[in-house]
Amino acid sequence: MSDELYKEIILEHWKDPHHYGILKKADIDVTEMNELCGDEIRVMVKLNQGKIEGFSFVVRGCSIAKAGGSILSDLVIGKKILDVKKITPEKFLKEIGVEFTPARTKCALLAYSTLQKAI
Amino acid sequence: MAQTNFNPLKIKKDFPIFKNNPGIVYLDSTASSQKPQIVIDAVTNYYEKYYAPIHRGLYGLAQKSTDMYENARQKVAKFINAENEEIVFTGNASEAINLSAYGWARKFLKKGDVIVLTEMEHHSNIIPWIMIKKKCGVELFYLPYDKDLRLDYKKLFSSKIDLKRIKLVTITHASNVLGTINPVKEIIRYYKNKGIKAKFLVDGAQSIPHIKIDVKDIDCDFFAFSSHKMLGPSGVGVLYAKKEILEEMDPLFFGGQMIKIVTKESATWADIPARFEVGTGRKEAVIGLGAAVDYLEKTGLKNIEKHENELTKYGLKLFKKFEKYIDLYGPKTPENRLSVFSFNFKDIHAHDSADILNRSKVCVRSGHHCAQVLMKCLDVIATARASLYLYNTKEDLDKLGSAFEEVIKIFKLQ
Repeated sequence: MSDELYKEIILEHWKDPHHYGILKKADIDVTEMNELCGDEIRVMVKLNQGKIEGFSFVVRGCSIAKAGGSILSDLVIGKKILDVKKITPEKFLKEIGVEFTPARTKCALLAYSTLQKAI
Repeated sequence: MAQTNFNPLKIKKDFPIFKNNPGIVYLDSTASSQKPQIVIDAVTNYYEKYYAPIHRGLYGLAQKSTDMYENARQKVAKFINAENEEIVFTGNASEAINLSAYGWARKFLKKGDVIVLTEMEHHSNIIPWIMIKKKCGVELFYLPYDKDLRLDYKKLFSSKIDLKRIKLVTITHASNVLGTINPVKEIIRYYKNKGIKAKFLVDGAQSIPHIKIDVKDIDCDFFAFSSHKMLGPSGVGVLYAKKEILEEMDPLFFGGQMIKIVTKESATWADIPARFEVGTGRKEAVIGLGAAVDYLEKTGLKNIEKHENELTKYGLKLFKKFEKYIDLYGPKTPENRLSVFSFNFKDIHAHDSADILNRSKVCVRSGHHCAQVLMKCLDVIATARASLYLYNTKEDLDKLGSAFEEVIKIFKLQ
């Protein structure tokens, strides 16, 4: 049995997600759904001079979706919006470093797609 | 005649999917059942030996094809104790309920009327009535369930609903999420004795694969079900409705096959049930459904019920063993309960657990099960669901238990 999908990185971020919760006075506050499974994510972003100063998220979904949000938060905080826009889905998935099946790729990209759509 | 000795291992051999997928533990029959060889053969034989249009040609092969199709209708009618003309072939159970909604309710219901349904309905038995509410101005009243997740049908009488306004009561015979079997016969009798003069629709999609159905005994006005959940092919469902109701219903679709006389300006309708079966029928699926009925009758619904009840008891024990880790959404007692187990590992999303179970070749469904109203009542976004049928065994449940251990291990729940 392969534990590829549930590597330590996923489990750690699932148990203890980074930047999880409500961001007060956010400039961007969007909620998206993965209609395939009903998962729901809320992404909040604080902007300052073209940079992502703050990022937080709340998710009602699976471990992959939660880990995806957590890993994304570490990646984008402090970055220029223009640079964040340049991060392709492939690049982000590589950042997670786990092979996903097509169905679970959507979960992994839930936070990423929500952020990209919002900025 | 039904078999006297029911051997689940022998039954399993009737289903080639298990031979072709060694080690697979199929626990998703509530979504769709596997097919026995006899059904596959019926479809293949029909294509290879008897295929021709139905209800059209005068030549021998066309007549034979028509006979086979109508013979399947007779089998289905006999199977649920109905008359032949009371069996309308539709695309599936959802279409059958839509036919009742648009063919009957839309014609006869009006503003101020009430439709009673339940919180445990599949979307198929909710959304058509939401549409009728929009079009006719009727009100919807949802019956709740009690602490043991059984339908609290007497709750109707403590509501403020004027019983005279109730024109339709539509209830699932068995919940696709909870496994609860609703005592529809008792409910209908109870409501009628209380003076409710409504029509009664039973969504039988989940019950007919497992329980002997007698529509006259239940005394329902409509009974809807699907072939693919009861060992038959996909693409065909059935609406049973009492003859006098079908006679007054409007057709839903118009075109070939459903007419008597057509002129440039008008048309008259064929007799029932042809009036509701537009276009060429789903021949191979209907013939396959006939073979599925043969198989179920030969195996014996009583035997199936008994075997599945054993599985239910065994399954409930399994979930009891894991109750520290798993929440089970369904009655905790095996009476009037299908072998359907919706569950969640505490704090773990259904997709995660289903994904891990899949690695042990255990096939379960995860999601909202087309029952978002119920999910909301249960306060969950999704559940995983293991659902069993006649070909499942206690060993399958043991394998489910071993796969549970994997989830516990991977998510370090201990």
